[in-house]
Amino acid sequence: MFLINCPWCGERDEEEFAYGGEAHIVRPKDPDALNDEEWADYLFMRKNTKGNYLERWNHAHGCRRWFNMQRNTATHEFGAVYKIGEKPPK
Amino acid sequence: MKSKYSIFSLVRNAMGYHQGWEQAWRSPEPKPEYDVIIIGGGGHGLATAYYLAKEHGITNVAVIEKGWIGGGNTGRNTTIIRSNYLWDESARLYDMSLKLYEGLSQDLNFNIMLSQRGVLNLAHNLHDLREISRRVNAIRLNGIDSEMLSTADVQAMVPILDCSKNARYPILGASLQKRGGVARHDGVAWGYARAADARGIDIIQKCEVTGIMRDGDTVTGVETSRGTIKAKKVAIVTAGHTSHVAAMAGLRLPIESFPLQAMVSEPIKPILDCVVMSGAVHAYISQSDRGEMVMGAGIDHFISYTQKSTLAVVEQQMAAVTKLIPILSRLRLMRQWAGIVDTCPDASPIVSKTPVEGLYVNGGWGTGGFKGTPGSGWVFAHTIAQDRPHALNAPFALERFTTGALIDEHGAAAVAH
Amino acid sequence: MSTSRNRLAEGGRIERTKTLAFTFNGRRYTGFEGDTLASALLANGVKALARSFKYHRPRGLYSAGVEEPNAVVQLENGARTRPNLQATEIELYDGLSAKSVNCWPSVEFDIGAINSLAARLLPAGFYYKTFMWPKSFWMTYEKVIRNAAGLGTAPKLPDPDTYDKMHEHADVLVVGGGPSGLAAALAAGRSGARVILADQEGELGGRMLSENETIDGKPAMQWVEDATRELTAMDDVRILTRTTAFGYYDQNYLGLLERRHINVARPLPHSSERLWRVRARQVVLATGAIERPLVFANNDRPGVMLAGALRSYVTRYGVSPGKKTVIFTNNDDAYRSALALDDAGISVAAVVDLRNDPDGPLVDAVRARDISVFDGWAITAVIGKMAVKAVEISELSADSENVSGPAKRIDCDVVGSSGGWNPVVHLHSQSGGKARFDETIQSFVPGPSVQKEQSAGACAGTFSLKDCLKSGHDVGKAAAKLAGFTPSRHKQPVADTVFEAPLQALWIVPSSNLDNRAKGFGAKHFVDIHSDVSVADIELAAREGYHSVEHVKRYTALGMGPDQGKTGNIPGMAVLGQALGQPIAEVGTTTFRPPFTPVTYGALAGRDIGEFSDPARKTAMHHWHEAAGALFEDVGQWKRPWYYPKPGETMQDALNRECLAARNAIGILDASTLGKIDIQGPDAAEFINRIYTNAWIKLGVGKCRYGLMLGEDAMVMDDGVTARLGDNHFHMTTTTGNAARVLGWLEEWLQTEWPELQVYCNSVTEYWSTMTICGPRAGDLMAEFTTDIDLDKEAFPFMSFREGTVGGIPARVFRISFTGELSYEINVPANMGLALWTALMNAGEKYGITPYGTETMHILRAEKGYIIVGQETDGTMTPLDLGMDWIVSKKKDFIGRRSLSRADCVREGRKQLVGLLTTNPAEVLPEGAQLVADLKPAPPMDMIGHVTSSYYSATLGRSIALAVVKDGRNRMGETIHAPMEDKTMDCEIVDPVFFDKEGSRIDG
Repeated sequence: MFLINCPWCGERDEEEFAYGGEAHIVRPKDPDALNDEEWADYLFMRKNTKGNYLERWNHAHGCRRWFNMQRNTATHEFGAVYKIGEKPPK
Repeated sequence: MKSKYSIFSLVRNAMGYHQGWEQAWRSPEPKPEYDVIIIGGGGHGLATAYYLAKEHGITNVAVIEKGWIGGGNTGRNTTIIRSNYLWDESARLYDMSLKLYEGLSQDLNFNIMLSQRGVLNLAHNLHDLREISRRVNAIRLNGIDSEMLSTADVQAMVPILDCSKNARYPILGASLQKRGGVARHDGVAWGYARAADARGIDIIQKCEVTGIMRDGDTVTGVETSRGTIKAKKVAIVTAGHTSHVAAMAGLRLPIESFPLQAMVSEPIKPILDCVVMSGAVHAYISQSDRGEMVMGAGIDHFISYTQKSTLAVVEQQMAAVTKLIPILSRLRLMRQWAGIVDTCPDASPIVSKTPVEGLYVNGGWGTGGFKGTPGSGWVFAHTIAQDRPHALNAPFALERFTTGALIDEHGAAAVAH
Repeated sequence: MSTSRNRLAEGGRIERTKTLAFTFNGRRYTGFEGDTLASALLANGVKALARSFKYHRPRGLYSAGVEEPNAVVQLENGARTRPNLQATEIELYDGLSAKSVNCWPSVEFDIGAINSLAARLLPAGFYYKTFMWPKSFWMTYEKVIRNAAGLGTAPKLPDPDTYDKMHEHADVLVVGGGPSGLAAALAAGRSGARVILADQEGELGGRMLSENETIDGKPAMQWVEDATRELTAMDDVRILTRTTAFGYYDQNYLGLLERRHINVARPLPHSSERLWRVRARQVVLATGAIERPLVFANNDRPGVMLAGALRSYVTRYGVSPGKKTVIFTNNDDAYRSALALDDAGISVAAVVDLRNDPDGPLVDAVRARDISVFDGWAITAVIGKMAVKAVEISELSADSENVSGPAKRIDCDVVGSSGGWNPVVHLHSQSGGKARFDETIQSFVPGPSVQKEQSAGACAGTFSLKDCLKSGHDVGKAAAKLAGFTPSRHKQPVADTVFEAPLQALWIVPSSNLDNRAKGFGAKHFVDIHSDVSVADIELAAREGYHSVEHVKRYTALGMGPDQGKTGNIPGMAVLGQALGQPIAEVGTTTFRPPFTPVTYGALAGRDIGEFSDPARKTAMHHWHEAAGALFEDVGQWKRPWYYPKPGETMQDALNRECLAARNAIGILDASTLGKIDIQGPDAAEFINRIYTNAWIKLGVGKCRYGLMLGEDAMVMDDGVTARLGDNHFHMTTTTGNAARVLGWLEEWLQTEWPELQVYCNSVTEYWSTMTICGPRAGDLMAEFTTDIDLDKEAFPFMSFREGTVGGIPARVFRISFTGELSYEINVPANMGLALWTALMNAGEKYGITPYGTETMHILRAEKGYIIVGQETDGTMTPLDLGMDWIVSKKKDFIGRRSLSRADCVREGRKQLVGLLTTNPAEVLPEGAQLVADLKPAPPMDMIGHVTSSYYSATLGRSIALAVVKDGRNRMGETIHAPMEDKTMDCEIVDPVFFDKEGSRIDG
């Protein structure tokens, strides 16, 4: 079980958190401007990277806040935790 | 041609102290070029190779495996086989698979120990009952065996289940697929490997694909840890790493990879003669021929390629199974492990051509891969050989994510994800 | 009464004044406090304890610890019986009762041993090659195989014990309480760090319990006692004995199992086992080493044991393993066993050493006692079946591969075998570390750390006591420092240096009766004694192309037993390496998977069972419903009244009565379980407008509106009525089962996509008790209960809400209806719910008020054609499929809108919501029945849809159903069929609104 560093609450057990998948997928401002393939890409296509991945987590059983986190999906090493709207670490 | 396995060959070899058995498959060096390269030596890849040779006469084929054959999900699943799927498309594909399973030991001349001991899906509330009834009727009208059981039927069939009314999750009934059951997972990989090898297919282990070569929009071969191998067609069958390998060819897929954990108890004398599944408590359980209670959990909630198991999942799982079968509380967990399941948004697989000419992908089977193995190999071989899908896998093409014609089988996974 | 004929006159850490009686396989024995079941049986001269898994060969005690592959027993009977426990791990208690497993009728005479006669027909993987004909017969064969397999039997009675869990944080977790672990715990503890020291035994000391050694000039066990005393006195040190660290997970998170129940036959006042979930800043692994056997002919006969175990039994338990022993070794350490046996007056007939000219103080000490040392020799045969009677030893060729001289017979009843020691690298491996092969010790040692862990002492490949103490001390200090503490200046404990010469690897010992032919013929050389895997099995696997160690494990079952190959894995890999012509390092190691030793299910489940497994949620009126005789339906976690049968009523009788009351008088429903979300903020209307498919900006304050929310894939996700309480304040309701999901959905969009919107959401489900009164007399009852809400139909129209008091209780009243009747949904603070409900029931009696449950609610809404999300929908229905295009705005964007125009969403032939009327009005279609247009005599048939809801409607005097049918709205009037297993029902496709199509009843 991970110890996850909620940017508002500090380190908490993984069981308090919900996973939100890949981060930085922005809902198109004008969905009608997209063709079906582009829309499908937004809806379903995911990087699913093996390695460092930027993903969303939600402190569902805590402060209920969403945040972004970098995590290595091949090793479970944790990188930066940052708030929604902030730029990912370089 | 390989010598046949039988009781007679066993006796004959016993006389010779078993010195005379030949290799089940060779360990050849890769050739410079093949007609078809199959990336991934799991059950699906090996089955694809076998049916390419058997059904389509294509034998200049290499199966390229990063580690050892059957070492991914094929060797990590809980060996359950069934075809009790809701939607017509799934039911037909999985039942075709089950039918192939039913003759597979003889076809491969390798005992895969198919044991059709029946699969029960428990209903714990009125909603479950409605869903199970819908499913049973649909499956039956698709020509597949399926029946409803009352609580009393369930109790008679599995006396150790807690069927009391005051259970936190009372058992209100169940569906039963008698033709469902279990098979020996390693045996499936090895049987296909031996039979494919006998037909001239090269199985190349410890060879990692590091790149997929393209000439414009056409695939030309693969780069591997043992050099470049050219091919007219390349098929990706790398459950657990489908996105990762597809990305080598520049493909984006609607797949996410999650850990799926399983575990066994120490062996005990037989107490459970069928497979029991419960979506509400997220558990499935059967007893292996060695006597171990084999259990599986729902998928973990985050993407991971580590194959690491966790304490939290065994805690939840043991709580779940002791709810269903309280006497198990005195058994002991002997081993836990994890596989990586590639899941699609609709919990159905992709068996498809791709935008790259000569490149095919088969993945996203989620938790359904083992039971789908023979059917998957059969339709995928057809798709590769004919360069067009078979009617059975046409609905499972990549295009469905654009059109929206998804095949939503979240309920069918038995464990709600 | 003692029959302990093998008990030594003195010595051992047993309490000789405390005699304990026990039974094994029905016979009575006695032992002493401090014994294990294994040592007590050995003391009583019980040789054959078990039968092997596959061949049912007789087996005796093999070890003195967790690695025990043979002595697996069933402990106790009845409710407290436990299968598959190792006799070496069971601490003896008075009245203990145990028996052998996997043999019938008895361990001495076991029918299953017939497998042994047929052994040559049962090589590794034989079942893959046969039992294929006739095709249908595998399951017949399988039944026989299944009955033969398994070990112990599962309990049949409920578990009387409880289990619990502890959560703990440590600066330094030390696993193992031997010399290294104790030294590490002392070093870390003295720094002030919070330390947990866990040891799997009942007593700290590890190997020192079984040795006569000296530390800091005093007997080692005296040092252990001093160390324990010092640790116990430290405030921040916790010592856990009988506690096994079984799993090492991510981020230094470990699972430990504490066994608190020694006398399992006696009820306990506390939990029987405890799961410790420990998060440690630093972990010190001091898990020691396990001896590996030599692989020689018939090395499994009862009496063949690990050499180190022999001195454990002598030194720790005061038991003589036999009368006359032979030690067979490739290393110096086994000479310690010869010395210990000799010290105890037990005859050591010979030490047989594979090495030529072994040299060193231990060897010299043995030679000095006139014990014959046969160096360059090997045991090449074991004589005796139920027990060792003698061994044959032979001189080996220069390369040790072959026998080079005639065999010599030595009578003995015990053989101690040692092939060296394997560091217990399991936890290091579980932590993600990759073990590395060490040529000197011919075994795996920990590789670089991946997590915050270090190995100390024997588990790091450092075997001498002196080095273990230093290693433990250094690592303990280092761990404390890494955890942020300043190590103290205490000196490390010191022991004498004892020189030991290197071992000599010989993985397959040739046998004397084979004329130097290839190994694996005739007498079996066991590698994994538990799983009955022999050299021949591994060689066969290699011959057949199973070259990966994982393939070999799976093909032969090597290491797959409960002992997880603790003694057999390394020899097995070595044998494979030889067969493949590869060094062991290249064969690789298999992954060590948790748990290190088996863990009780009950302990993992803890208190998460029975009523605690998933707390049931109950409304404020729950007890009233119970008293009224309600039956309950589980909806999500909620218990909802399903219907309220009166004495003598069938379910249908009750439903008919409830439905008619709601249509003709007043019905009352406990609707408290509906999800309720309070939404506030200046952008609340804009936010809701983006979530729901219809328009919300202009909804007036005091008004309610029904909304549908879709997933981004355009499929219906939830529905409910939302009221505008103020300009910036909304009250949203959701379906019971979806409440948490919808709140999560709202938060996700707000926080991750539209953070610029100022909106705040909060679940208020539990804050309100909600009851709905409906029916033509509902207004009359309501009028008796409120003075400050104007109930006039104009002043308080349908789809609006008012705040006021009801029965003197502050309330929010919604004029919304799920039945088509005049209806008031009254929300009061939850703790007032029962009071109001009771008052309404009392006052309503004169109107015939009738409580109804979820089933009647379903019937009433189905009569009106209202959908239930999750019943009419299944994640594949769009609003258009449901005929609800009236609720889909064309003027604004909303979640899911874009997906509605995808090819599959606009194609012909999608399933659409319709009503069904059976040809026979008395027949009720089963819910879940599938529908076909072209009925065939037998499946397969093409299905065009299915029945989603179906009831007998007392109001209409006939059955009704809702269904989804392909192209349904274009098929009105068509007759279709519902073929079921036993019969087929015909029905007509009709409009889904069955009752009061014009909505005339809504105002009463």
